[in-house]
Amino acid sequence: MGLLSDPVRRRALARLVLRLNAPLWALPVAWLERTMRSVGLEVYTQSFSRKLPFPDETHERYMVSGTNVYGILRAPRAASTESLVFTVPCGSDSTNSQAVGLLLALAAHFRGQIYWAKDIIFLVTEHDLLGTEAWLEAYHDVNVTGMQSSPLQGWAGAIQAAVALELSSDVVTSLDVAVEGLNGQLPNLDLLNLFQTFCQKGGLLCTLQGKLQPQDWTSLDGPLQGLQTLLLMVLQQASGRPHGPHGLFLRYRVEALTLRGINSFRQYKYDLVAVGKALEGMFRKLNHLLERLHQSFFLYLLPALSRFVSIGLYMPAAGFLLLVLGLKALELWMQLHEAGVGLEAGGGPGPSAPLPPAQGVGLASLVAPLLVSQAMGLALYILPVLGQHVATQHFPVGEAEAVVLTLLAIYVAGLALPHNTHRVVSTQAPDRGWMALKLVALIYLALQLGCIALTNFSLGFLLAATMVPAAALTEPHGPRPLYAALLVLTGPAATLLGSLFLWRELQEAPLSIAEGWQLFLAALAQGVLEHYTYGALLFPLLALGLYPCWLLFWNVLFWK
Amino acid sequence: MAAAMPLALVVLLLLGPGGPARAESPRDSLREELVITPLPSGDVAATFQFRIRWDSELQREGDTDHYFLRYAVLPREVVCTENLTPWKKLLPCSSKAGLSVLLKADRLFHTRYHSQAVHIRPICRNARCTSISWELRQTLSVVFDAFITGQGKKDWSLFRMFSRTLTEPCPLASESRVYVDITNYSQDNETVEVNPPPTTTYEDVILGTRRTYAVYDLLDTAMINNSRNLNLQLKWKKPPENEAPPVPFLHAQRYVSGYGLQKGELSTLLYNTHPYRAFPVLLLDSVPWYLRLYVHTLTITSKGKENKPSYIHYQPAQDRLQPHLLEMLIQLPANSVTKVSIQFERALLKWTEYTPDPNHGFYISPSVLSALVPSMVAAKPVDWEGSPLFNTLFPVSDGSSYFVRLYTEPLLVNLPTPDFSMPYNVICLTCTVVAVCYGSFYNLLTRTFHIEEPSTGGLAKRLANLIRRARGVPPL
Repeated sequence: MGLLSDPVRRRALARLVLRLNAPLWALPVAWLERTMRSVGLEVYTQSFSRKLPFPDETHERYMVSGTNVYGILRAPRAASTESLVFTVPCGSDSTNSQAVGLLLALAAHFRGQIYWAKDIIFLVTEHDLLGTEAWLEAYHDVNVTGMQSSPLQGWAGAIQAAVALELSSDVVTSLDVAVEGLNGQLPNLDLLNLFQTFCQKGGLLCTLQGKLQPQDWTSLDGPLQGLQTLLLMVLQQASGRPHGPHGLFLRYRVEALTLRGINSFRQYKYDLVAVGKALEGMFRKLNHLLERLHQSFFLYLLPALSRFVSIGLYMPAAGFLLLVLGLKALELWMQLHEAGVGLEAGGGPGPSAPLPPAQGVGLASLVAPLLVSQAMGLALYILPVLGQHVATQHFPVGEAEAVVLTLLAIYVAGLALPHNTHRVVSTQAPDRGWMALKLVALIYLALQLGCIALTNFSLGFLLAATMVPAAALTEPHGPRPLYAALLVLTGPAATLLGSLFLWRELQEAPLSIAEGWQLFLAALAQGVLEHYTYGALLFPLLALGLYPCWLLFWNVLFWK
Repeated sequence: MAAAMPLALVVLLLLGPGGPARAESPRDSLREELVITPLPSGDVAATFQFRIRWDSELQREGDTDHYFLRYAVLPREVVCTENLTPWKKLLPCSSKAGLSVLLKADRLFHTRYHSQAVHIRPICRNARCTSISWELRQTLSVVFDAFITGQGKKDWSLFRMFSRTLTEPCPLASESRVYVDITNYSQDNETVEVNPPPTTTYEDVILGTRRTYAVYDLLDTAMINNSRNLNLQLKWKKPPENEAPPVPFLHAQRYVSGYGLQKGELSTLLYNTHPYRAFPVLLLDSVPWYLRLYVHTLTITSKGKENKPSYIHYQPAQDRLQPHLLEMLIQLPANSVTKVSIQFERALLKWTEYTPDPNHGFYISPSVLSALVPSMVAAKPVDWEGSPLFNTLFPVSDGSSYFVRLYTEPLLVNLPTPDFSMPYNVICLTCTVVAVCYGSFYNLLTRTFHIEEPSTGGLAKRLANLIRRARGVPPL
């Protein structure tokens, strides 16, 4: 592999890097176009614009418009039916100019080779993920998120795989790989294995979740470190947010991962030649693929780069957790049945026609709490974004703050509601009332968690581990304040807060309480934004599904 | 750059375009020619054409019977050396003499673009078409890439391109010529230099523009004898700018839109870049049956407005028998992009119908566009026999337009594919075993057995019983 081995190429790369290191206020579209064309690519641009539902304070953007530049390297004598993508996010605030330089150098090197069987698309996107989303939607000619973008001019067939590169600093000491995509989707494990092979071959230091690979699995340290990495991955996957530009490719069934060159302040420093060699090797391997990557696992958890936990091992854990709900529901069902029989036997000449137990509970009494909690969920989903302008007029807050605070207000207001609903509900047998409600809530929760665990195991497991004990224990008798505290602490919001603290703890950057609160608010805003900009499903899932279900348990707890 | 229209198809055209030749053609003639076109990007295109004609006793029966017209595409095939070898064997001189000595596989496949074709058609020998000859025309086009083949250098020679030079014409050939396109360079001989200098030039209208060619006739004995071989050289005096190639008046793109494995959309973009003339295009689409087209979703829009095709022929698919055939005549407005899109649903195949590599995807054949593209300069009617062969590749109909047939890129579509791995086989096998066992056991357990008297009488007895029952007498 002769990439950058001759001094001319290396000098050219140095020149590029210097040019790109000058402060950039916008993507130098014309320069990129010219450079790509001189390398011998077919160059196209795509402009896009997007008005976010409310200002994004983390990235400081609201009305976003930008331009993506992409060059297609046509495979010789092939008919452009398949392609690979190499993407580098770049923007005014991004420090990713080194990666752009490497992209151009690789493009120049690839252009001189005869062996390509698939077209290679070199894509430079602006506004990181927004640009990637705009390009992907235009490439597949769909509009999922309401992005306005100009139609593409050039296509290169079905995309088989994609690699994204981010170099966050000038000094690269290790290469971190990110696999978690939108809604917890993962690329085929073979892509990761491919990366790992080239890491070992090139002697690169590769990390996962920023953690070094444990060497010694026999002592306690290795597995412990693996557990930390695993937990980080679970948290990252459960968040459902794309952990890099690759995350958006997965929706279109394009296997993709993001490589991040990071400065972890270690002694060894890698120049871009080493990174370029690894990338060249990966692209050559991907180029040789006859079929899409499909042989290996799509559902896995990673304690280290070379080890994985397969679905067959971890799924029973979630299954057993959900079994608790099922058994509890069964117990309630039998209690209800017995209570119904007992009532009939003791009541003597009661209602002439003995009702079947399920009907005897009075399904009507369940309608009100179910409707109210679902309405709260709907309000939680719709009101914050819809009412942000009203809120900013009446309170001294910005739009983003308004959204987050409305979210929290509705969330807390939901807790106050049961005290109002129980007066509306009139039941002859109060005990059977809450039992029936809890039965419904348990089944509802089990179904939801089951579905979530199938699609995004980490999220499902995390929610199950927190919600199941409280849900199983809750009843209106016994130590009520204790149950209430338990329920609040295992609610969706508290779980999110706890996860944030755990995440930073595992990253060895512990949070203070105030920082944690700020991060929590920012995470709420990001969660809502990601739903609107990329179609992440975590926010609607929590607002429309789990929050109402959780309110039902609250309702059970305060049943009178 | 020709590589911008990627197309790697061996096209076998029966009864292709072009009117029957009027003049009496010579018996068993061979003409061969090579056209070299330097491109503005510094690449160079080379097109070989060989035409063989022979008289035949095979008579054509009346007019072309369209009932026997067939169209077939194999979109998966990528042209390779195994296509070149039999192709070369069809040539009378094989690759021993003449232009065909240049056909070295290792050079021809070290190129950016490769297209190989065989056309065979009957040709009338006289005006009343009482007897016919057959014409076999073989073409091979390659584009040498300055980045790959030239290692960055943009000077070309025959030796550099093919690692061979021309030494003699094919002894069987009645005409053996090399043409070099010097259109843009003939006026001021500043940019490119052709060596040795040509003895004659040839001018004609090709693809709507006037072009000048330097002609080297291999049958001209002086040509070879001077230096014992002919090694044409192209030297750029000024290095060519890396400019974008001129856009042709008609070009097209095709892609699949949507995601997921249930639905999708086939979109074809037709570009008419002519500044003021609209022209019609005949679009022929053949889509395999496993994409179930929703014909009601067929939309054709140009410049934001609906474009109604003046003619539509649609032949629906039959599962496992016949593909969809969609043919439309669409008027392309001047300077516009027309989008033809149709939605489809992916069918579930039977498990034996999947290819050995189902996760690669299934190929959808290219659309075929046939059009009379308006030309920039008026062409004079051509004497078909006298003009070079490349001239008849894009036949001019009436001087104001020329005929073009374009193939879009083939598409790769993923169908819902079961996981053909060991667990899948195990599941299949277990299900079969369970189904067979369960079925027979259930049958045995639930069936009640009773002994039935063998009926002996047959029809007559049954009739008699009917009558007896009507009379109230016990049956036999």
